Amino acid sequence: MVIAVTLIVSFAIRLTGDPAVMLAQGAGSITEADLERIREALGLNQSFLAQYIGFLRGLVVGDFGRSFMGGTPVSDLIGRALPATLALAFASLFVSIVVSIPLGIKAAVSRGRWPDQMIRIFSLIGLSFPNFWLAIMLVLLLSITFNLLPPSGMEGFSSFIMPAATMGIILTATNVRLVRTTMLDTLRSQYIMVARAKGLSNTVVLYKHALRNCSIPLITYFGLQFGGLLGGIVVVERVFNWPGLGTLAFEAVSARDYPVLQGVITVLSLMIISINLLVDIAYGLVDPRVRKE
Amino acid sequence: MTTTPALSVRSLGVNFGSNQVVKNLSFDVYSGKTTAIVGESGSGKSVTSLAIMRLVEYMNAEITSGTILFHRDASGSQPQDLTQLSDKAMRKIRGKDIAMIFQEPMTSLNPVYTIGDQITEVLVLHEKLTQDAARIEAVKLLKLVRLADAEALLKRYPHQLSGGMRQRVMIAMALACRPKVLVADEPTTALDVTIQAQILTIMRDLQQELGMAVIFITHDMGVVAEMADQVVVMRHGEKVEEASVEEIFARPQHPYTQALLAAVPKLGSMQGEALPRMDPLVVLDGNVARTLGESRQQDTARTDAAPVVEIEKLVTRFDIRKGFFGGISHRVHAVENVSFSIFPGETLALVGESGSGKSTIGRTIQQLQESTSGTIRFGGKAVADMSRAEKMRLRQEVQYIFQDPFASLDPRKTVGFSIAEPIRTHGLLHGAKAIRQRVNQLLERVGLSADQAERYPHEFSGGQRQRVCIARALASKPKLIIADEALSALDVSIQAQIIHLLMELQQDEGLAYLFISHDMAVVEKMSHRVAVLHLGQVVELGERRAVFDSPQHSYTRKLLSAVPVANPAQRQERALLQGDILSPIRKVGDEPHHMPLVQVAAGHFVAQEVGSAERLAS
Repeated sequence: MVIAVTLIVSFAIRLTGDPAVMLAQGAGSITEADLERIREALGLNQSFLAQYIGFLRGLVVGDFGRSFMGGTPVSDLIGRALPATLALAFASLFVSIVVSIPLGIKAAVSRGRWPDQMIRIFSLIGLSFPNFWLAIMLVLLLSITFNLLPPSGMEGFSSFIMPAATMGIILTATNVRLVRTTMLDTLRSQYIMVARAKGLSNTVVLYKHALRNCSIPLITYFGLQFGGLLGGIVVVERVFNWPGLGTLAFEAVSARDYPVLQGVITVLSLMIISINLLVDIAYGLVDPRVRKE
Repeated sequence: MTTTPALSVRSLGVNFGSNQVVKNLSFDVYSGKTTAIVGESGSGKSVTSLAIMRLVEYMNAEITSGTILFHRDASGSQPQDLTQLSDKAMRKIRGKDIAMIFQEPMTSLNPVYTIGDQITEVLVLHEKLTQDAARIEAVKLLKLVRLADAEALLKRYPHQLSGGMRQRVMIAMALACRPKVLVADEPTTALDVTIQAQILTIMRDLQQELGMAVIFITHDMGVVAEMADQVVVMRHGEKVEEASVEEIFARPQHPYTQALLAAVPKLGSMQGEALPRMDPLVVLDGNVARTLGESRQQDTARTDAAPVVEIEKLVTRFDIRKGFFGGISHRVHAVENVSFSIFPGETLALVGESGSGKSTIGRTIQQLQESTSGTIRFGGKAVADMSRAEKMRLRQEVQYIFQDPFASLDPRKTVGFSIAEPIRTHGLLHGAKAIRQRVNQLLERVGLSADQAERYPHEFSGGQRQRVCIARALASKPKLIIADEALSALDVSIQAQIIHLLMELQQDEGLAYLFISHDMAVVEKMSHRVAVLHLGQVVELGERRAVFDSPQHSYTRKLLSAVPVANPAQRQERALLQGDILSPIRKVGDEPHHMPLVQVAAGHFVAQEVGSAERLAS
């Protein structure tokens, strides 16, 4: 899995152009011999396969190589950016779960009546926003017009609000619909009627008996979403100048900084794989039928 | 009766939107007594039970008129009108004073919580017990419903229990707070007959012990005869008749009740008769019960001819793998060493409970399922030796009718298309006109009209759909029709009509049927010969009269004794049948022992029980 991803990325990235040219751009007159020296220094004169094997060799011992720009070890760059991205990703996911579950349940319970209609309309609006546009609008409104929140950077809790809300709103829009649909299915089950026949209150019926039965499809989807979330974060991080993997990757692409980009993508794919593993473990926790006897 | 009823329903009306599903319904239930509400699908009986619990509002229905008076004690204290209570006040009554048991034990327990959690929940809520006290009480309750090893059961999850056990857990849960009124909505319909007998006995014993008033909702007249004191017959949301159980069965007044009772197959009604009998149909014509057709012997079996199909030492097993790479750890021994043959014009019934392998045999014959070993011969030739073309031809000669007429027709195709499909597939007729003519003729043959060919399945009722399925099966002019629980999903009056149709077709076309069913009374009515299956093996095989009138194998006797008899005068005090249905799943290497069949009379074979007596008779 990791091999497949890194192989494709390493190959694709080399289609974008010659990093030596980028590096040399600032230096005025450049001869082909100069370029050749740079390529040699960076190891770009070797065959693609040789470069890739070199990258894999490093990967095994946790060495992603050094950045073409400035020579900082890639692992240091990632080590600095990763916590910022993870913090933002979890904050966004948290926002979306906390908002979408109660709203989705409310929509399911009042199916066809006005709360349901309202929630569905909001969800449609949320789905229609491009995330960067929503981000810019939030900055315009909350930072520039009202000066409530810092427009960029990562300093303290208040700087989390806008990026997490941007991602959170987009996620919530889809999640609300998912929660509503799975909830509607679950509410049709007979054990829900049995729970009501016991005299349990609505809250207990919905949040104890129904929600846990919904959780398998929800966990599956939230897990899948995490991958998409990391993709979306690249854009949002740019807008808010968030010092995360997205910004790092963006800069690496512009500079054709192969090792950094390879490193970022490898870390992201490792994260997505481990999220899927966590999802499988979570199944067993919520649903006894999945557990081994 | 002089005492006050525990619950009295007066002029109850329930609406789904503008559609009134219960109209002006009144009845009473007394402590220690059972009022049965009977009716067919769409009669409003289940809605009535949910209305009493005030649960209809969660189904987007509402109580539009009437009162439901609940008398907490018989001393004449002020009754509560349940229709007027707030939801909060109603929640205090639900599960405490009035409890309910639902139809589907497989889905009425929450799959993600333990049995213990689900029982103690009620006790903590209504009786304000601590968790520990509630667990002790839960163990008592599980013992009350005769579940062994109650402590261990508390920690288990619903999927680890059989259907019968789950239904007992459900009863324990309903009885947790010793309710005054118990509403049981088809509590045994989804269960095997021996398990049904267990549950009914337990319910009756507990009713006596606790002095509950029971509202028993069912479509099964046999169960009514066994359980009820008072019977309310419903049709299209209205009460058509109410009387004591003896009166209803002895002197039904309303034509609908008369037609309903006439349609119920009664076990034992064929005693002494050698051949199946086609009975006249009693149908409701306007408001009069009319009798159609006459009684006729079904002398169609041509046992002197060559058999249509011969099965020899058939074995079908399924492997169960553990894990992703894991090897085979267990096997389902669905069919073990089964041999029989079916003659032209003959109905052979396969009866047995869940896991007996009866459906697998049908599927294996139809080649929907690969056999593990054994031979299946059609017209003397083994299927294994057949060429591709011969096998194709076989698919034309053997047709299948499934249990669920809703799921076995393509909802996006007209029924005419579905019926024509086998004709086209096998190239029996050419040209659109010829095919259309044949489809029309088939529709009329099964009692539908030719102009219905252009309609879609959802426009038909369940019984009509089953007729369409029969027409489709007839389309390729088969010699053998495998009917796999083809009547089980139908209301009794529809069931009687379909039985009539199947027997008529057999008479006219000389069809052979492999009739797979769990319903002993229907089997008795329809079949020439019967094979009783248990854990994939034939335990008894013979003429229907021999098997039903003098059953030799203990399992056959157990099955027959478990069937509720639709006659309250014959109500028997049956001892509690012990044990659960055994599983055909065994560890690899643990092969079941094949019980040899011994001929006890001409054509009557019984499996030996030596050494296996306790296993089979448990």
